[in-house]
Amino acid sequence: MGQKTALYQQHIDMGGKLVDFGGWNMPLHYGSQKEEHLQVRATAGMFDVSHMTVVDVKGSDARDYLRYLLANDVERLKTTGKALYTAMLNEDAGVIDDLIVYAMGTPGSSGEWYRLVVNCGTRQKDLDWMDKHAGRFEVALSERPEMALIAIQGPQAIDKVRTVLNDSQRSSLQDLSVFQGAPAGEWFLARTGYTGEDGLEIMLPETEAVQFWQDLAAAGVTPCGLGARDTLRLEAGMNLYGSDMDETVSPLAANMGWTIAWEPQERQFIGRQALETQRQQGVQEKLVGLVLAGRGVLRGHQKVIVEGVGEGEVTSGSFAPTLGHSVALARVPVATGDRAEVDLRGKRVEVSVIKPCFVRQGKKVFA
Amino acid sequence: MSNIPAELKYVSSHEWIRLEGDGTVTIGITEHAQDQLGDVVFVELPEVGTTFSLSDDLGVVESVKAASDLYAPLSGEVVEVNPELEDSPELVNSDPYGDGWFVKLKLEDESELDGLLSAEGYAEVCESEE
Repeated sequence: MGQKTALYQQHIDMGGKLVDFGGWNMPLHYGSQKEEHLQVRATAGMFDVSHMTVVDVKGSDARDYLRYLLANDVERLKTTGKALYTAMLNEDAGVIDDLIVYAMGTPGSSGEWYRLVVNCGTRQKDLDWMDKHAGRFEVALSERPEMALIAIQGPQAIDKVRTVLNDSQRSSLQDLSVFQGAPAGEWFLARTGYTGEDGLEIMLPETEAVQFWQDLAAAGVTPCGLGARDTLRLEAGMNLYGSDMDETVSPLAANMGWTIAWEPQERQFIGRQALETQRQQGVQEKLVGLVLAGRGVLRGHQKVIVEGVGEGEVTSGSFAPTLGHSVALARVPVATGDRAEVDLRGKRVEVSVIKPCFVRQGKKVFA
Repeated sequence: MSNIPAELKYVSSHEWIRLEGDGTVTIGITEHAQDQLGDVVFVELPEVGTTFSLSDDLGVVESVKAASDLYAPLSGEVVEVNPELEDSPELVNSDPYGDGWFVKLKLEDESELDGLLSAEGYAEVCESEE
């Protein structure tokens, strides 16, 4: 019997089809993954992502510690609630996990601290790694399992959330810019997400999660399962840890080069040396988007054949409900141009190769 | 428990078979099968006139989640395929025993019908998979 979030009974009551997800009982869908996906693109959907791991980092060295631990630089976070997407690398520059860091308290003051949201499937190894490297720093790491995490995504998400908040929470939403969060009492509301739509990710005490979930449902927000979450993030060209990258893959071969803060050069972070070597020698592979205009569905691990160049592999693929055909992320040789073939269950089909992003704000973003 | 109409026959690979009484059968996938697959997005069906032997690959059902082979539950020749599935594969989800049918076969060997499962027998197959 797997672990349950505070919303477990809600999922059952709302007809969720529960599956095991990294040891948690989570809803895959509530009837139709495709419909939930389209609701998020058109109006608003909500996802229980309480299985994700929240870790607070406090102490006088919190900033120095994270500047050493993470490939992106928390020094870039100048205001309370500001978010940063980053990789946590090993010494060989393999990706241990990808995560979001929020600056909390008052950045730049002694009251500053940080909140990390890491993947549930990598929880233990992340915590072990973080502990291992905390030694020489004055930091305290604390997991926050008592927090629920609900993502509300879609063009109408923020408007609908606003109708169910109290005055203090509502005022936190005022002027909240993209990739920015704000605390409201025990709650934390952030304008982040994993769908390519506008929306919020809200952390709140799990004792308040059921009421909030029900209020959102009453406000017309569609409950969505992890199935739709996956197809939405794929259309948005966002990586899934364990599929699109892992410890054997460099962020430079996973479309994560933009998350590496090379400057200032004197900042030493774990994996930096290996990354610099890779950068000098040149990375052999890149992560691209594949578009299959015809019938059939691209799936993870299918072979990609690039005539005259070599071979690659689909890292995630699915039917894209917004587009009505299949798209995929694939790791291919750097010399790959704009065409390739995929071995689709023994049949070779031609695909176009594009930058890994297919849909943003409800709209197709490639030619 | 999903709907398993008593008047149909079944095979353990989750196809249903309706005997039309004129030497032909209509074939589809069960409610249980479509529920396991999730949203069906493409159905690949054979050409009319193709002949199949028992357990041959008859086609492919692609859902958002996975690709799944469709097996010929009986030997025979395809006499009709459901033309609606090309543009409306979701019929397999919404009406698996009706508008979501796949193909009609002209039977080659009616004795193969003895090997099919009753609704009761198929219910046991589903339960054993739970």
